[in-house]
Amino acid sequence: MSNGILVFIEHRAGTLNKSSLEAIAAAQTLGSALQQTATAAVLGDANINLPQEISSYELDKVVFATSPKLADYTPDAYADGMEQVIKKIDPAFVFLTHTYQVRDFAPKLAARFGKSLISDCIRAQVVGDKLTFTRRIFLGKLDADVTSDGAAPVFATFQTGAYRPDQAKKGSGAPVENLALEIGDVRMIPEAPFQEAKQAVDLTKADVIVAIGRGIKSKDNIALAEKLAEVLGGDLAASRPICDAEWLPIDRQIGSSGQTVSPKLYIALGISGAIQHLVGMKNSGTIVAINKDAEAPIFDIADYGIVGDLFEAVPVLTEEIKKIKGL
Amino acid sequence: MKILVMMKQVANKDAILRINKEATWIEEGDLSFEVSESDGYALEEALRVREKLGGEVVVCSMGPQRVKSVIKDALARGADRAIHVVGDNLAHVSPYTAATILADAIRDEKPDLVMTGLQSDDHGYGQTGVIMAELLGLPHATIVIELDAAADKLRVKRELESGWYQWYTMPLPALLTIQSGISQIRYATLKGIMAAKKKEIKEVTPSAELTGRASHQKIEKIYLPQKTKQTQLLGNGDAKAGAAELAQKLHSEARVI
Repeated sequence: MSNGILVFIEHRAGTLNKSSLEAIAAAQTLGSALQQTATAAVLGDANINLPQEISSYELDKVVFATSPKLADYTPDAYADGMEQVIKKIDPAFVFLTHTYQVRDFAPKLAARFGKSLISDCIRAQVVGDKLTFTRRIFLGKLDADVTSDGAAPVFATFQTGAYRPDQAKKGSGAPVENLALEIGDVRMIPEAPFQEAKQAVDLTKADVIVAIGRGIKSKDNIALAEKLAEVLGGDLAASRPICDAEWLPIDRQIGSSGQTVSPKLYIALGISGAIQHLVGMKNSGTIVAINKDAEAPIFDIADYGIVGDLFEAVPVLTEEIKKIKGL
Repeated sequence: MKILVMMKQVANKDAILRINKEATWIEEGDLSFEVSESDGYALEEALRVREKLGGEVVVCSMGPQRVKSVIKDALARGADRAIHVVGDNLAHVSPYTAATILADAIRDEKPDLVMTGLQSDDHGYGQTGVIMAELLGLPHATIVIELDAAADKLRVKRELESGWYQWYTMPLPALLTIQSGISQIRYATLKGIMAAKKKEIKEVTPSAELTGRASHQKIEKIYLPQKTKQTQLLGNGDAKAGAAELAQKLHSEARVI
């Protein structure tokens, strides 16, 4: 009978992606309520030390699945490798952190078992002997509680930040089990990952950020936000749609595909607060949101909010701040 | 080059969503709909590949008759023809079942390239495209931000996290999920809108076995997210008064200015 929670560990050339510790934390936390133990799976070529590092966590064991074809990540090799690990371990659950890599191969993996993922969960709780997962839907406007029919394996991915990496408990040293795999055809050829030419703007050090979203409506209106940023001595930033439209350069984008910031003051103008944006700024000190839509998710994490027209509010705010600062 | 573009119709971004009586989905009756954002970019990229290499762009959309508006808009922008997978109660099928239905609908087309957006703006599962690739036996790449297509192979730039990227090369046929912002989306021209009226829209109906399949992931209830912070709402509808109050609060309460 299927038993236990299998946790996927992500890495680049043996360097742990720390968000995988969040999946360990999820497995430990939910596993103790379900009376299920956790096993971790590391895929790679044989000469990385990551399995030993992972074995220091409170786990049943660490499965180290190796093949030369697993040296570089590809969705073909990883889906194939994880499929074999799952068939061997026969877990009740497979937990993964909802990273870009997991989004790339895990749906393919689940499909091999005739399933899809319960993806991008923000929390989960045990009710009776069943797990209820919560997902954000409609770009963060609503939450959905989701249950599975329970047939093993149940695949779930957790949003980064749903659990904290430091919640992952250390143990007394889990055994590492080596598993040499035969991996099938790998059809895609990866090149080395790279960063675009050094980012001109480093928003991570800014004390004050004024960020604009769709609500700014046109490129000409950006001057309004620029002026506010100027009187605050802050930097101008934006959500993805603004950079997609090329109204601001991409190095001013905040969110999962841009920069992650935590300034003392973050002012969001006309930003609804899609998850992809929130993950990039939710740890800011004081968060202000000005938006005409009272239901916008940005208000869920704001300390101060104005429900209304930003074109009315921002000029007044700029003038009042000028007065306070004696400018 | 035959390119199939999968496009989903979703509730309009600015629509006020009302939860239905059973709290299992939204009230769709008086809602306005639009194409899911990244699917619009998938279409644009498909049209650009066709302009470069020649061939045909076929759009495929699933849902009730209202999804015809997404299809007609895609035809007006330049797609050559369309497949409409007709069904009224498909909002709650699992991504696996959705992918099965869609793969069945396009399999006989033998596409060289299948393109989808990276995730839908409603459920946001982010899986249907990748599962289709598996079911159709195609190599895939997700979160594609740049694309260089030749007659027999693809080189694609994938977005990783935190400003990292990676190029992949793969043979055709293949499936790609496209990131929003990959290019500037064209508008439909009047000529395009007129031409669209003559273009073929083939209707197909998925099997009852598939549409009636119980989902292995069931939505028990939907609700407004719980607030994690106590938000002070200022101005009470008067944006200017709110702004004046905000400046004072930022100075004397939050002490950030």
